[in-house]
Amino acid sequence: MPAAEQGGAPRLEADLVLDRKDFRLEASLDVRLSGVTAIFGPSGCGKTTFLRAIAGLEREPRGRIVFDATVWQDDRTFVAARDRRAGLVFQDARLFSHLTVRGNILYGHRRTPKGERMFRPETVVRLMDLDSLLGRRVSSLSGGERQRVSFARAVLANPRLLLMDEPLASLDQDRKEDILPFIERLAGELRIPTLYVSHEIDEVVRLASDLVLMSEGRIVASGPIEEVSNRFDLRSYAGRLDAGSIIRMRVAGHDPETGITRFAFAGGEVIGPRVDMAKGAEVNLRVRSRDVAIALDPPGRTSILNVLPGKVVEIAPNDGPQAHVLLDVGAPLWARIMRRSVDALELVPGRPIYALVKAVAVDRRSLGRPTAMDLSLAERGGGERGR
Amino acid sequence: MPFDFGPLWLSVQLSAITVGILMFVGTPVAWWLARTRSRLRVVVEAVVALPLVLPPTVLGFYLLLMLGPDGPLGGLLVSVTGRSLTFSFEGLVFASAIYSLPFVVQPVQGAFEAVGRGPLEAAFALRARALDAFFTVAVPMARRGFITGGVLGFAHTLGEFGVVLMVGGNIPGETRVISIAVFEHVETLNYPAAHALSAVLLCFCFVVLVTVYAVNRRFPVHAGG
Repeated sequence: MPAAEQGGAPRLEADLVLDRKDFRLEASLDVRLSGVTAIFGPSGCGKTTFLRAIAGLEREPRGRIVFDATVWQDDRTFVAARDRRAGLVFQDARLFSHLTVRGNILYGHRRTPKGERMFRPETVVRLMDLDSLLGRRVSSLSGGERQRVSFARAVLANPRLLLMDEPLASLDQDRKEDILPFIERLAGELRIPTLYVSHEIDEVVRLASDLVLMSEGRIVASGPIEEVSNRFDLRSYAGRLDAGSIIRMRVAGHDPETGITRFAFAGGEVIGPRVDMAKGAEVNLRVRSRDVAIALDPPGRTSILNVLPGKVVEIAPNDGPQAHVLLDVGAPLWARIMRRSVDALELVPGRPIYALVKAVAVDRRSLGRPTAMDLSLAERGGGERGR
Repeated sequence: MPFDFGPLWLSVQLSAITVGILMFVGTPVAWWLARTRSRLRVVVEAVVALPLVLPPTVLGFYLLLMLGPDGPLGGLLVSVTGRSLTFSFEGLVFASAIYSLPFVVQPVQGAFEAVGRGPLEAAFALRARALDAFFTVAVPMARRGFITGGVLGFAHTLGEFGVVLMVGGNIPGETRVISIAVFEHVETLNYPAAHALSAVLLCFCFVVLVTVYAVNRRFPVHAGG
């Protein structure tokens, strides 16, 4: 019985090989999909080809794809795209220009047998905020509106798996901020497992609970985002991930008077700027390695709010004056300190320490435009979002 | 002298039937040409384009040989139906379809190419089968090509002369289309009759083209979508 029907996370296995003149895809993936799983890698690393093969749009790659105990492709089988129930969102929306918005979003719905319809058009229209656009021709829509229509269209074909190929890539930064909450609604409220291809780390950190790293046609690593993003051996692949550590936490509570939110994780609690999320919600926190200091004793009176006990795991080899030190504080945490300090504190693997975390950044979660709080948050977090 | 609508009416019938046939026959050809990566593609494209460059008399000559009672196709038809295609309306339809083929196929092919694979892939991911996607996405998105192809095919058939003369001759009510009638009036120095027919044809064509361009303006094509 497929896992999804038992309420568990469906499993996707894909082993694909494709040879082209100047490109070789040799990707092997075995993941359980729940929430958003990001496929992250530089442009041209094969992530789009990989995604299209899973959708059934590429016949070239040889190999095997099994989703939720159903074989989609192997030596003898090739299930056509239309029979995979894999919804696809393209970078360029690909709306049908001869139909209205309503005609577009109902295209897949009308082709879905009644028994397989999980979502009602009215619900999805409301979720994607399309009420006022239904009668419009798609040629009159803005880029962001087009993508919202394409989300609704894909979802109303009632996919068991949603594949998104850089859906924000053709939008400018402000539009991206507008659209991100809609993607979060899809994954959060409709509970469709989503594979999200991107080369933008900001989007990945904001949306994903799991991360698949791709490089030059291969899958380098996959797993929970904090695990993959914190592996030092993957830093060269992760590229801009090296801004710091990602720790998945749960909102433990808010303190409206001081404007803070408490976040809980395996190592205790940290305090960060207030975010607009319900208690219990999960969120990826980013801690930049340069914002982490190390002390051997618990500091006395200090302005630093987050002091986490833990121990040194390893000190990355580094020929510069600075050293990257991997700490275990209940979650992996990287600190970037001077090599001189490593010597002075006699840091070695296993040594108990206290991690002093100066700033915690939460990627913007509020709906719509950034709020004043988000902006101050970006400032306090050191402007990680690169705005 | 009463105006003789016969040749005009015959021409319009011939053009309409020809365009109808070419929509059926030409669309799959255009689709194949727009999508295939086969090496045969250039050959087929060249064959389709031949009527553009061949003098109508040459085309008409070969059609005459082929359709005549002694020709490969004509002979077969004679043995089945008892009559040959030459100097008949049916023969004209066949010849016109060949003669006007590129005028329908090329615009439709271009429109299919402009639509591209993208919207079809989107349709497949939305559970559409191949034929379903073809008729509900590819054809409507390429409608401008169909309109252009239909009009060009119609107008081109309406104006044909050389092929008709070779294959059809000048049989009133059967093969005496408008261009032949005008030619005959001029030959017999009946200028008023030639004037009347020519003016009617001129106005007719103008009105058709204006209508088509106006319609095309109202339904602009947006590539990509």
